[in-house]
Amino acid sequence: MSTAAAQQTLDSRIPDGPIDQKWTQCKNEMKLVAPNNKRKFDIIVVGTGLAGASAAASLAELGYNVKAFCYQDSPRRAHSIAAQGGINAAKNYPNDGDSVYRLFYDTVKGGDFRAREANVYRLAEVSNNIIDQCVAQGVPFAREYGGTLANRTFGGAQVSRTFYCRGQTGQQLLLGAYSALMRQVSVGKVQMYPRREMVDLVVVDGNARGIVCRNLVTGEIETHAAHAVLLCTGGYGNVFYLSTNAKGCNVTAAWRCHRRGAYFANPCFTQIHPTCIPVKGSYQSKLTLMSESLRNDGRVWVPKDPGDTRSPSQIPEDQRDYYLERRYPAFGNMVPRDVASRAAKERCDAGYGVGESHLAVYLDFQRAIQEQGRHVIESKYGNLFHMYKKITDENPYEVPMRIYPAVHYTMGGLWVDYHLESTIPGLFVLGEANFSDHGANRLGASALMQGLADGYFVAPYTVGHHLASSGLKPVTTAHPKFKETAVEARNRIERMLSVNGKRSVDDIHRQLGQIMWDNCGMARNAAGLNTAINEIRNLREEFWQNVRVLGSGQSFNQALEHAGRLADFLEFGELFAKDALQREESCGGHFREEHQTADNEALRDDEHFAYAAAWQFQGDGQEETLHKEQLTFNEVELTTRSYK
Amino acid sequence: MISPAHHNLSLTLKIWRQPHADAPGEFRTYQLQDVSPHMSFLEMLDILNEQLIEKGEEPVAFDHDCREGICGMCGMMINGQAHGPDHETTTCQLHMRRFEDGDTIVIEPWRSRAFPVIRDLAVDRSAFDRIIQAGGYVSVKTGQAIDGNANLIPQQDQESSMDAAACIGCGACVAACKNASAMLFTSAKVSHLVQLPQGAPERKKRVLSMISQHDEEGFGACTNTYECEAACPAAISVSHIARLNREYMKAMLTSKE
Repeated sequence: MSTAAAQQTLDSRIPDGPIDQKWTQCKNEMKLVAPNNKRKFDIIVVGTGLAGASAAASLAELGYNVKAFCYQDSPRRAHSIAAQGGINAAKNYPNDGDSVYRLFYDTVKGGDFRAREANVYRLAEVSNNIIDQCVAQGVPFAREYGGTLANRTFGGAQVSRTFYCRGQTGQQLLLGAYSALMRQVSVGKVQMYPRREMVDLVVVDGNARGIVCRNLVTGEIETHAAHAVLLCTGGYGNVFYLSTNAKGCNVTAAWRCHRRGAYFANPCFTQIHPTCIPVKGSYQSKLTLMSESLRNDGRVWVPKDPGDTRSPSQIPEDQRDYYLERRYPAFGNMVPRDVASRAAKERCDAGYGVGESHLAVYLDFQRAIQEQGRHVIESKYGNLFHMYKKITDENPYEVPMRIYPAVHYTMGGLWVDYHLESTIPGLFVLGEANFSDHGANRLGASALMQGLADGYFVAPYTVGHHLASSGLKPVTTAHPKFKETAVEARNRIERMLSVNGKRSVDDIHRQLGQIMWDNCGMARNAAGLNTAINEIRNLREEFWQNVRVLGSGQSFNQALEHAGRLADFLEFGELFAKDALQREESCGGHFREEHQTADNEALRDDEHFAYAAAWQFQGDGQEETLHKEQLTFNEVELTTRSYK
Repeated sequence: MISPAHHNLSLTLKIWRQPHADAPGEFRTYQLQDVSPHMSFLEMLDILNEQLIEKGEEPVAFDHDCREGICGMCGMMINGQAHGPDHETTTCQLHMRRFEDGDTIVIEPWRSRAFPVIRDLAVDRSAFDRIIQAGGYVSVKTGQAIDGNANLIPQQDQESSMDAAACIGCGACVAACKNASAMLFTSAKVSHLVQLPQGAPERKKRVLSMISQHDEEGFGACTNTYECEAACPAAISVSHIARLNREYMKAMLTSKE
């Protein structure tokens, strides 16, 4: 690979000037579309989570014609809805010393210095606008008795900057964005296409000019043309089969764009969330998160004696190991997620795990209930406790929760520049689907912030600049590229249906998940990653020879939907493992066993790996090309992350 | 609450199968062995589907997504009850420990003319989106907001508003109602917004227009049987319908539009 030439192709378009002036500078310099001309432009938004719904609504409010697509039956159901704990902002309402700079600093540090400084600063800068916007929409954030907004604390921060709606913050923020979107549907500025899956991107003269999607009810392959395409399609955690993602979450839209020329950055950066309900049996279909906010009041522990099989209430205080408080006295139970997850794995691997599988640790609320009273705990976490009891049949008010880490969020995603534009002009990528803001580890309550920042306050400016400055020619779906791309999509579906083998889609997906978890999970090493690459290749081959998808392509066929998503995961998984293999360091959620300190902390290598790894597709069966975007840190000093 | 079963269950499932909206449907009976009581209801259906695929029969279609009770995508009538027998529980959060060995379970899609069947247990709930489009929002554009603390909102108003805002839009209220009324759903949005100062400017227009859309979609009228509240997985109270009725009366009498 020619790295020198490659680097020239990655222009991150970071504006000049001091960090706190960059976004202002950028906005001042961007070209505008005059109000009367906006109606001449069509924009496609794929995905209607926080990023997609907020972008679609905001662009439509400006006057653009928006078409919005989602695979669910309603845009209100996107998986942002499941985010529980909260959303960060640098309001400093609690007067505890917060600022835009501190939020920026915490996010860069929390991301283990693998995020782009300029993007993160902008994120912190617009965070306060998000809160105001959501309040104005009627999002019922928690309030103090005096009527002002309340805050709670989240991991990786020493200030209280998290705004929340009980344990349903994602739901309320999404319903806010959804209501803005519905308003634009009612005035005719947004055409909504639910139950549609984007199956390919249409590129005309080097620009993203449309999509091919499958109508999931009728099976019809549809084509849609536009002047720009916004991908807001979330993360790829379901490559692990078991994750906290919704069952439908997938990498297909992003992967199809990658195959059309969009670089994929840092695919190996995956967040394993420390507080999830442990796996129960082989039939398990998904994992459920218990919000990080619980660590505000819950204490994590295991018995000091690995052979201690007494029920938790029978184990006296002095025979419990509150290992987070022991190892990280400064942050205690509120260390960032990657640190908490690895610490749980370390205790369980050493034989201290609890429960039947011994792959669990306790999250105990006894002291909080004694000190604050049950009703206070109930008002903070009632719905989470309810959900825990539903799933486990145990009452967390009486016995400690049992938790274990699970795949939750993916920091990697399509490479984007400062404008959130991918390496395909006119293809913008927002929210979890891009790679830019969280580096190698995302802090809690930052995903909601990023999705809404991108959709409400970044894309409306940068997309306009693209439209005003690109001199785009008129293109309709009559253009041969649309027909060509649609035929490819149809052929692919027919091929899947015609295999008629022996194994179900779910069965193969479970096997892929196991390969990923065993080799690309919380700890990785070169041998395991090479094993994963081989096994994924073999499994991909088996899929195309032995999958069984019944029914037809011209009907509501959920197994066929799943098959298409799995086929892409089987390609993507290999790139994931290759990315993890080339990154010979440990950082954030990426822990290479070969690279750790004497006390088992992550050992970063800034000299060789302070870059974003952006992969370029070269064709089926060809090695992808690695491009490196060097990350420079002018504001935050590169230090070893310590929460001790 | 019955005590949790400890051994695996054998079940008889009677499931509504309907290939598409215009085709006639029928109940089909399936035997399922060795069901763990720790499985969720949907995991039980996953197992059934795996077995059907092995036999060459197309799997049962049902909507689901988050499988943690918040997205509102799942929902089916289980032995005549929307989302099954557990209080405040979505289908995905119902667990097989709630059933006994040897049970027969009848599974049907939501029953309402306004929710046409798409296939098997999956229905079209787009009517709900159209009710929200009719006024379930605050008309504020991105960038127009004032500071979040500029309006002080008493904690009890915010809490009560949040109680209503918690609706997940699953449609169980409609499926449970003998009139197939969507009053609980509609009232939840009206009640959420009317209790906040942000919702005040449009309060009259909103309630009139949402009710009008509700009726246009073919949902029935409310006759206060409260079955909706009993079926609601998000604990939405019928008191919101009372608030909606008051709002509607006031708007009818005083609206200048």
